[in-house]
Amino acid sequence: MRRYVLRRVAIMPLLLLGIVTMVFAVTRLTPANPLVTIVGERNLGNRVVVDAAKRRWGLDRSVPVQYERYVANLTRGDLGTSFRTRQSVGRDLSDRLPATLELTLAALVFGLVSGVGLGIVAARRRDGWIDHLSRLFALVGSSMPAFWAGLLLLYVFYSRLGWLPGPGRLDPRAVTPLRRTGFYTVDSLLAGDWNTFWASVRHLAMPAFVLGWGITGIVSRLTRASLLDELGADYVRTARAMGISERRVVAGHALPNALLPTITIAGFSFAFLITGAVLVETVFSWNGVGSYAVDAARSLDYPAIMGVSLLGGIAFLLTNLLTDLTYALIDPRIRLS
Amino acid sequence: MPEPVLVVDDLHVSFRGPDGPVPVVRGVSFEVHEGGSLAVVGESGSGKTVSMLAVLGLLPGATVRGSARYRGTELLGASQARLRAVRGAHLGMIFQDPMTSLNPVLTVGRQIAGVLRAHDRRLRSAAARARAVELLDLVSIPQPDRRARAYPHELSGGMRQRVMIAMAVANRPDVLIADEPTTALDVTVQAQILDVVTRLRREQGIGLVLITHDLGVVAGNADRVAIMYAGRVVEDGPMTATFASPGHPYTRGLLASLPRLDRRRDPVPIGGAPPSPSSWPTGCPFHPRCPLAVDACREAEPDLVALGDARVACSVVAAPSHR
Ligand SMILES: Nc1ncnc2c1ncn2[C@@H]1O[C@H](COP(=O)(O)OP(=O)(O)OP(=O)(O)O)[C@@H](O)[C@H]1O
Ligand code: SF4
Ligand SMILES: [Mg+2]
Repeated sequence: MRRYVLRRVAIMPLLLLGIVTMVFAVTRLTPANPLVTIVGERNLGNRVVVDAAKRRWGLDRSVPVQYERYVANLTRGDLGTSFRTRQSVGRDLSDRLPATLELTLAALVFGLVSGVGLGIVAARRRDGWIDHLSRLFALVGSSMPAFWAGLLLLYVFYSRLGWLPGPGRLDPRAVTPLRRTGFYTVDSLLAGDWNTFWASVRHLAMPAFVLGWGITGIVSRLTRASLLDELGADYVRTARAMGISERRVVAGHALPNALLPTITIAGFSFAFLITGAVLVETVFSWNGVGSYAVDAARSLDYPAIMGVSLLGGIAFLLTNLLTDLTYALIDPRIRLS
Repeated sequence: MPEPVLVVDDLHVSFRGPDGPVPVVRGVSFEVHEGGSLAVVGESGSGKTVSMLAVLGLLPGATVRGSARYRGTELLGASQARLRAVRGAHLGMIFQDPMTSLNPVLTVGRQIAGVLRAHDRRLRSAAARARAVELLDLVSIPQPDRRARAYPHELSGGMRQRVMIAMAVANRPDVLIADEPTTALDVTVQAQILDVVTRLRREQGIGLVLITHDLGVVAGNADRVAIMYAGRVVEDGPMTATFASPGHPYTRGLLASLPRLDRRRDPVPIGGAPPSPSSWPTGCPFHPRCPLAVDACREAEPDLVALGDARVACSVVAAPSHR
């Protein structure tokens, strides 16, 4: 097992290089001009300015040379400078990553906990009203586009009812907590600031719900199906014949087996969260990597696009690895081979 | 004779089918005495497993009628809480397929400990584990300490079946129901498993219900036998007497189909196929395959009647003229 993990980690740089190469090729092939962003529309006719900018950003070199330089810098941990923010991309990303992580983790936890919970109830009360309701909830959650759901919820719970705050991680005038982890919820707790903590949780609620909804849907249906399967298995009959209580039979015997497929899906859905975050962050003015990615793509900000893709790739690979490790933790049959 | 520990009386089980209820078990009766042993023999589909599961209240989808009393307490229709307290503590059951009947994600030690703690809330988990190791030793598993930490897939089929036996006897039940415990195993391993069961029965005075479709298995391992056909008991009696002079034509057929060393004749299989619950034959259900069948066999289903030490459900064999 350890060797397997090491091998997986060892080939990661190679896979990431593949991602870098592909994204590099795609951005350079895009028939649009990043100089618009760099010098502004008005200066596009000004040769002097344009040439200076090209030299300054290395765009005067041939594409292979640009690629070689980019990769060389990358090995030193330098992601380049954003055309748009004029800051180092590494800096930009690390500024914004906690916002996205806080959102996606909240969505993932919400999606998994509510999905598994609903799945269990639906399986125990098959064809009861909770089962039907959760089926509907799953259907809506996985078919409604995230931005549409986001706008709808904002309209209802913010504009109409006023129960939840509007877009943003905190009210615009609120003082952000002292940065330690970059998670507002955690940082405000560390600072002992309950008001800010509560405010940040309330701000997190809607976007995390919208983002996690699809996962709730998939996970609840999958958990229901596989739990029903497992409850019909021979080892469950054995457990019952031995006088194990029904609660233990479900929670201690059937559920661990039923969660194996759920873990795989949870891994996939994290990737799905990363893309979903782009939309949700835009709708909820969430200042994270997702909205950064949108801005970068709009302005053809090469280094920023590359940086975001690389980050997404790393997140994807790590999630896959984590999924496999969790799987092995539960299923001893995997652990050996 | 002491009062039986388990009395099953006129047990009926039916499942819901597309065209109404399907009667799978139709009036099965048997008894198990303290420390006694009963072999239940019958072809696949005759209702052996379903009868036992019904007694333990493990057939949620089925309609169950009749009576099953453990030490005088009615089990049929009892609450799940009551049944749960009886299952695994007073009536143990082990199943045919040791590959799928153990939980793949829990160590066998934990599974045994779980059974112990299910019936003794005050038992600490360390004590339960220690007891689990003792139990593995009891069923002759070498290095029980190490094996307790193994997962089912790390053990052979025979070992797994021993683990299942250890679980079933963990709380010293009065009766162990063994549902084809050796069918899925190699011949040599089969004998070892039966030895373990027989030894436990002798040492701990556990009553045994040994289910099998192989008459050869039961010979030395039970003192009474009940032959099942089409959801009913068609013959029951003492093992030796039944083997020596089988009454029911089906029992005779079963015995004739056994390869035997002491006889020169080749084994003769019973012709035809076992009937299915959705379309039991009318009258005596064995008549389409029976060499002794007469026209009357098609009409009425014969009841079990005494014939010597045994009871037989065959109107021809039981008729005074035949005796
Ligand atoms: N849950 C169920 N629903 C419907 N029919 C069932 C169910 N369980 C068993 N049956 C049917 O009941 C009949 C008797 O099954 P049972 O398992 O008791 O047979 P058996 O005598 O144990 O045979 P085997 O030697 O194959 O184990 C079979 O025809 C089977 O198809
Ligand atoms: S009743 Fe008739 S058919 Fe049935 S076993 Fe006896 S002889 Fe055969
Ligand atoms: Mg069976």
